[in-house]
Amino acid sequence: MSLQRVKHIVLVLSGKGGVGKSSITTQLALSLSTAGHVVGILDIDLTGPSIPRLLGIESAKVTQAPGGWVPVPVHPANPEKNIGALSCMSLGFLLRERGDAVVWRGPKKTAMVRQFLSDVLWGDIDYLLIDTPPGTSDEHISLAETLLKQAQVAGAVVVTTPQAVATADVKKELNFCMKTGIKVIGVVENMSGFVCPNCSECTDVFSRGGGEIMAQEFGVRFLGSVPIDPQFVMLVETGKRPVYPVGTKVDGVEFRGRTNGDTAMDVKDPGLLVEKYQDCSLCPVFQNITKEVVAVVNGQGNGVVVA
Amino acid sequence: MAPSLEVSEYVQDVLSHPLKVGPKLVAPEPEHCPGPESESAGKADSCEGCPNQAICASAPKGPDPDIPVITERLSGIKHKVLILSGKGGVGKSTFSSLLAYAFATNPDSTVGIMDTDICGPSIPKMMGVEAETIHVSGGGWSPVWVQDNLGVMSVQFMLPNRDDAVIWRGPKKNGLIKQFLKDVEWGDMDFLLVDTPPGTSDEHLSVNSFLKESGVDGAVVVTTPQEVALLDVRKEIDFCRKAGIKVLGIVENMSGFVCPKCTHESQIFQATTGGARALAKETNIPFLGAVPLDPRIGIAADYGESFFDAWPDSPACSALKVVVRKVAEEMGLRPETVLPED
Repeated sequence: MSLQRVKHIVLVLSGKGGVGKSSITTQLALSLSTAGHVVGILDIDLTGPSIPRLLGIESAKVTQAPGGWVPVPVHPANPEKNIGALSCMSLGFLLRERGDAVVWRGPKKTAMVRQFLSDVLWGDIDYLLIDTPPGTSDEHISLAETLLKQAQVAGAVVVTTPQAVATADVKKELNFCMKTGIKVIGVVENMSGFVCPNCSECTDVFSRGGGEIMAQEFGVRFLGSVPIDPQFVMLVETGKRPVYPVGTKVDGVEFRGRTNGDTAMDVKDPGLLVEKYQDCSLCPVFQNITKEVVAVVNGQGNGVVVA
Repeated sequence: MAPSLEVSEYVQDVLSHPLKVGPKLVAPEPEHCPGPESESAGKADSCEGCPNQAICASAPKGPDPDIPVITERLSGIKHKVLILSGKGGVGKSTFSSLLAYAFATNPDSTVGIMDTDICGPSIPKMMGVEAETIHVSGGGWSPVWVQDNLGVMSVQFMLPNRDDAVIWRGPKKNGLIKQFLKDVEWGDMDFLLVDTPPGTSDEHLSVNSFLKESGVDGAVVVTTPQEVALLDVRKEIDFCRKAGIKVLGIVENMSGFVCPKCTHESQIFQATTGGARALAKETNIPFLGAVPLDPRIGIAADYGESFFDAWPDSPACSALKVVVRKVAEEMGLRPETVLPED
């Protein structure tokens, strides 16, 4: 079984599409890796895989080895900087053309999810993050069926955006976790406010606070709010290292990343994503979220079985 | 050698034979099941030893007998439009509801929305009818009427509790979509808008095949400007091409954000690869317009109000009207009749 040497499995779920499951997965992975953990990402969004693009490895291919598929390496371990290795598996790596539609009905999707769970040679991994498509259907049912027999499943990080239309769907996902016995590690509220780069006014473009209220309502942990940072979008879209105007504050604290650079230049900067990400204003936000996730996973705070 | 998916043949098979009546199985489908409805059902190598083999092999291979029933049921509907996107959360449902409100401003038009997002239905909440239930009469299920000329059907109306999860695999979802088309008294309508979940899977295949015979005007594809969204939208366009669905055009949603304090415009979701405009050009599909990100659209949706009524003078409202008229034009209708000038 390919998951034998995986210590902890964390699912990233949301009933709603486009709330940032893949972006949260990516940042959790980068953050865990920066804390020295060996991390893997399994992307089971079969008809809309985003992880390869977010990690900047769209053209990579999976290699076949005796016993299974070798995941695509994103960056190697760097013990000097206490960075753990990151690798990734996605259906995106198996497509001939990036624009090809994967038109599959349920049974075929189920078979692929099972194959991803059984045939990928992960090796020794501390955290395997599983990124999922929106909903509570074939992929999720298969995941629950296959994984609940695995002792390492720590639980799920549930992602939402603040507005009521989104939390309405995400509540269904929490009820799915309850019905299937998946522990909820906590809720992350994404796209929580946007700070105007010109006047620093924060606008709640998708309302605010809905994720926290939902977490309270369901008695699950609230892991934190993540604001919209167009510099993060630029980082993953173009490979440009984030720069901020002088005096940019994150959670009220002056941000210590690069400031006042030439913001007009959208060029790819050299260096690994994991290194450039440390200049992103969302990096400290995720450090806090990651700390909580790690604490829950290691039993210093229990994941909550929604009841 | 790198493993790669040889999908194209499979896609064609699914698209051309999606509606064989599924046989009643006695055991779950095995891992490499060719699909109980497929041509090779019961005959493939992986069927050896499957408890369903004999059932699948002898199942009737004809087209679904319900299709003519659906076609008859929908015969009073003049135009059918699909709202699609490969990507989630780009505003499919928001756009569907706004398009419906806009079409319904003409009191002579009757409009319906069918919400085929079974696991994450948003239309009822956005239209302020979340708590409604479906009335069943001799003629079938009645849609929930938002206003005199605007009716809605969604799985949300069937849930005992608002937050209940619908934990269904594909075939069950397909069954409900079929009922929405076969058993709902849509009556005489000018427009039926079909809102879909993200992706290219069961719901999309079913809608496409159930509606093939009665005819669909085309699909409006919704996207946001950044490439990570466009990537999935490309797949949806590829799907439309393969399935023979005409794409009426692409709308770019959440396109730019104007700070309410200093009026500085930010590209929250940067169009690093040219956004929907470039994709439209690349795929030779009409570009329907760009709608700015206005937080008030989301607020109106949360409260189940029409954004057009709530903020008629906003720039987003004008942008939306341009898009609605362009959709009408692409459907071969007179834009000024569909959405009268104010």
